[in-house]
Amino acid sequence: MDLLRRTVLKGAGASGVLAGLLAAGVLKPTLAYANDWNKAAFEAKDFDVALKTIGAEGAAANAALVMKAPEIAENGAVVPIDVTSTIPNTTYIAILVKKNPFPLSSSFEFANGATGDVSVRLKVAETSVIQAIAKADGKVYSAQKEVKVTVGGCGG
Amino acid sequence: MADPMKIRAQMKGDVCEVRVLMSHPMETGQRKDGDGKTVPAHHIQTLTVALNGKTVVSGQTGGSVSRNPVFGFKVKGAKAGDKVAVSWVDNKGDKRTDETTVA
Repeated sequence: MDLLRRTVLKGAGASGVLAGLLAAGVLKPTLAYANDWNKAAFEAKDFDVALKTIGAEGAAANAALVMKAPEIAENGAVVPIDVTSTIPNTTYIAILVKKNPFPLSSSFEFANGATGDVSVRLKVAETSVIQAIAKADGKVYSAQKEVKVTVGGCGG
Repeated sequence: MADPMKIRAQMKGDVCEVRVLMSHPMETGQRKDGDGKTVPAHHIQTLTVALNGKTVVSGQTGGSVSRNPVFGFKVKGAKAGDKVAVSWVDNKGDKRTDETTVA
């Protein structure tokens, strides 16, 4: 089944074709996409477990991985985060909020010319360290910054 | 089907900046409503950005991404007129794809 999915995704190139297949019920959405979601990592409640699950243990700080985040976020529901990696061949960036109920917020894989740049807006439950993880050529790097939150972004 | 995304793809020098605004509640599954009942989780799980049909970014998101998420990416090797398609799928199987051309 997995092999079929790969073939279809590769071959389908144009999203229209894929949409057609979905409509025709050849592919169920869950088979086509949702399997890829890293449930274990996103549902990990422990920061270290989440790090481990995405394979980011022992990440080393690197000046070429830069995270921009506000020092103080007035509204924890929308905290803009900007991660830029100038490390050559950056293929992966993940962003974790240490004190959130589920620390892993998002992860991105880059290919075919996409550079290691990503900006997102996150919910931050309370004042917390935000950690960015980047992977390049099999090595793992990290950058972090503390964001002070005056109004929490969860449970509100 | 959810509301359309707003996608902007613009050349800045030799890099194409892609910005996407998605319309989605992004419920974490942690929040309680007025009656003290937990609001079930409803958030985008996977997203894909494709340039001329080739995937350039594949992302995964949890509930801690803000409501109506905004994402920004940069792609090298694009040129004006190229097609940028963005798709997402949420945890209820709802999905959406929208397209724009690089300006």
